[in-house]
Amino acid sequence: MSVVDRPITAPVHSEVDSYPEHHFLNHSKGFLSWALTLDHKRIGLMYLVGVMSSFALGGMFALMIRIHLWNFKDGWLSNQTYNQVFTLHGAIMVFLFIIPSVPAALGNFLLPVMLGTKDVAFPRLNLSSFYLWVTGLVLFLTALSVTGLDTGWTFYTPYSIETQQGGAVLAATFGVFVLGFSSIFTGLNFIVTINTMRPPGMTWFRMPLFLWAIYATSIIQVLATPVLGITVLLLSAERLLGIGIFDPKLNGDPVTFQHFFWFYSHPAVYIMILPAMGIISELMSVHCHKGIFGYRMIAYSSIAIALFGFLVWGHHMFTSGMADVTTIVFSALTFTVSIPSAIKVFNWLGTMYQGTVSLNTPMLYALAFIFLFTIGGLTGLPLGALSTDMHFHDTYFVVAHFHYVMMGGTLVAFLGGVFHWWPKMTGRMFNDKLGIISAIIVFVGFNLTFLPQFVLGSRGMPRRYATYLPEFQPLHQLSTIGSITLGSGLLLALIVLLMSLVNGKKAPRNPWGGATLEWMCSSPPPHDNFSSAPTVGDPYDFSNIEYDGRVGGYVKRT
Amino acid sequence: MTAIQENLAHVVDDHADHHHEHPSWLAHHFDDAEQQYDSGKLGMWLFLVTEVLFFSGMFCAYALYRNRNPEVFEFCSSFLNEKLGAINTGVLLFSSLTMAWAVRAAQLRQHQLLVGMLGATLGCAAIFLGVKAVEYSHKWELGLLPGKLYVAQLDGAHGPHKGYLEFICTVPAIITALCALYAIYAFATKSLFHQRVAGPMLVAGLCFFGGVGLGQYLEAQEEASKGHGGHAAGHEHHAMVDGHVDHGSHEHAAAPESVHAAETKTAAEIAASSSASMGGSPNVYVSPIELKTPNADVNQRSMAGLFFSIYYCMTGVHAIHIIGGMIVITWLIVKAAREEFHEQYFGPVDNVGLYWHLVDFIWIYLFPLLYLIT
Repeated sequence: MSVVDRPITAPVHSEVDSYPEHHFLNHSKGFLSWALTLDHKRIGLMYLVGVMSSFALGGMFALMIRIHLWNFKDGWLSNQTYNQVFTLHGAIMVFLFIIPSVPAALGNFLLPVMLGTKDVAFPRLNLSSFYLWVTGLVLFLTALSVTGLDTGWTFYTPYSIETQQGGAVLAATFGVFVLGFSSIFTGLNFIVTINTMRPPGMTWFRMPLFLWAIYATSIIQVLATPVLGITVLLLSAERLLGIGIFDPKLNGDPVTFQHFFWFYSHPAVYIMILPAMGIISELMSVHCHKGIFGYRMIAYSSIAIALFGFLVWGHHMFTSGMADVTTIVFSALTFTVSIPSAIKVFNWLGTMYQGTVSLNTPMLYALAFIFLFTIGGLTGLPLGALSTDMHFHDTYFVVAHFHYVMMGGTLVAFLGGVFHWWPKMTGRMFNDKLGIISAIIVFVGFNLTFLPQFVLGSRGMPRRYATYLPEFQPLHQLSTIGSITLGSGLLLALIVLLMSLVNGKKAPRNPWGGATLEWMCSSPPPHDNFSSAPTVGDPYDFSNIEYDGRVGGYVKRT
Repeated sequence: MTAIQENLAHVVDDHADHHHEHPSWLAHHFDDAEQQYDSGKLGMWLFLVTEVLFFSGMFCAYALYRNRNPEVFEFCSSFLNEKLGAINTGVLLFSSLTMAWAVRAAQLRQHQLLVGMLGATLGCAAIFLGVKAVEYSHKWELGLLPGKLYVAQLDGAHGPHKGYLEFICTVPAIITALCALYAIYAFATKSLFHQRVAGPMLVAGLCFFGGVGLGQYLEAQEEASKGHGGHAAGHEHHAMVDGHVDHGSHEHAAAPESVHAAETKTAAEIAASSSASMGGSPNVYVSPIELKTPNADVNQRSMAGLFFSIYYCMTGVHAIHIIGGMIVITWLIVKAAREEFHEQYFGPVDNVGLYWHLVDFIWIYLFPLLYLIT
């Protein structure tokens, strides 16, 4: 594998590649031109700001948790506050950040451009999805400020029925309901756009893999989220009217709540990870300047993950009291999900093999993703196996496992994607050196935070406890140090991005040498994306794409 | 009609110059009418999938609890007036016909007929809600409420509460009054557009009260039949059910938690009196299933209350969908009154029609599952 910075070849084709005078950012001005926009790119950017702010909020709660756990007892938060903090950390990160992060922010911006259309199929629905998301955010902030939610992000009954924080439970469950519909409408919009609006020449197998991943994600959003909707609606009715369906005091069944909840929330895990995998497929091939290895297998595996993901929810409930046969079936099905996931990882590695790797910021995040996601995936196996899960259930092992997948996977891929498409979205280049430093700090900080938690969990440290036994203290302190490192790495990444807006170089049309359609329009793209229907080719054919020193980016040789 | 001419002009434009001039009904990001129609259709089908899944949670809950306590469902179902349910089923089926007819009218540019058919659909929806209002208020009066609110004479202090029907009818009354004012305005100004919108809305408002009247008449019939046959029969059953309670608890050792043993006596009386309220249909009480029913255990918050939770959740969410459907049908009436629809652009009518058929379809499941158990 040869690692070079940029292949410098003489420009064969000199295309006019100046910074565009008119683009979607200056197409119209004023607050209302943003607040009422139907342009998918502006909606995507508004989502991006929104999800990043939610991430900052959730991240602050995470740091509060870690700092509280520095000592084995007498942390700086009361036990009650600690419960609220970890609940809000989880709920905000899951419902407000990870689920909308890639599909709603990057997906909204990129899907029509990568597909070669002017907009998504239903632009008004798209805008209303955004405002539903904002409503959900407001409801969560209400839950936070009024009393504070302390049920854990899963709202398990009967505790969520009995807790004193009734108002917060109501606000938060209604918030989840609203956010669910935001997610459904986004997914519905994307499925319809991909099905009916592909321009001539854009066949299914000429679609970039990011779109395949978004498509698979949308299927899950449409099929799983309504069940969450009715579940939280019934839970609200439980709090308001005491309908008793989930309340054991009224002959209701709390395990039914768990089934309903995980029927959504396990597929939701794939809503979180699949788009991240789509990003990695793009990043791997573009920054290795080499066609993706095993295109069809990656595309099919996305769909396979989406479908298998519906059959495994029971593995969250091995200790909740299910029939033995049921647990065995769920365990076996759980292992099948690892097959398409592994197919993807091997294909990414195959893409890197003999590629010309540009070790820039997006690529480093992508490499970090592969490393962290693999650990996250492999540690899922002992949790899917019945005998070991009995031991690991509700311990820090689970916490570490899903943080490796959700944060090490989705967040890191999201950051890689943001850096990758930042020049396209804003028209500005960021400082690559500082970006690389941020990626390294994030990677080190992440492992320092969560590797000790695997050890803690396997030694029996239960999750969600405000205090712990003294012998766990060194590992907890290591984890806290790691979390602060991680936080500073993320802060640096944010600074790098914001700095680029102030003093970043103007971005060329195609700074990385991508072959997908978004690199064919200007950076930032014009209001209508394409003045005429674009010519669609193989999205992973890099043979005609060469570096042109005069424009500081890549051009397509004709 | 100028509107028609405009639309025609657009259609001609569209054929003559495909890419440059978009007709007003074609969104800028679609290439042609077909793409717009296909997108809308697929979007609506996907939305219907989410709707089915949304209801599926409640159908699962229904299946679970019915499987666990079949006797509760049999007992409680007898409180539901199947005549009203059957009428509502018929009304909704008829409204599906008028909705489908509306789609055809839209395709054929029969604007007056389209407004009429949409108005008929809206009216049927209003009748449905009117009948439902009677059913709900009647149950609330008896204390047949969900879960922990279930009071159905569990303690003697709770007499029957009246006035729920008037309470429910307040909002429709205000809406109907506003529609009437709008209709007066429309006919005063002689505006064809306003007349076409106001007419169906006013009729729908009145249909709601027609539904209320119909529902009350049928409920009164039930009461009357209880009045002459039910009273004597009520005492008879009183004794019968009372007698059964004693060995009922032996027979149903497996019956879940008879923790409310203290309530047994009163509960049995309630079961009997509720039998009396339904006394008009003797088959309900003479059937062998019913005789085995441990009514004393059933008439509790954790039993009958849970049934009514499921009943109110399912029919309530369904009613919300009816109201949502009425709002979009009204929107269609406005568009139809402006004569916006033609053979190239009837997607909204078609898609609302699909939604309406689904709402109808869900009721077709709810009716037997809730009303026709015994």
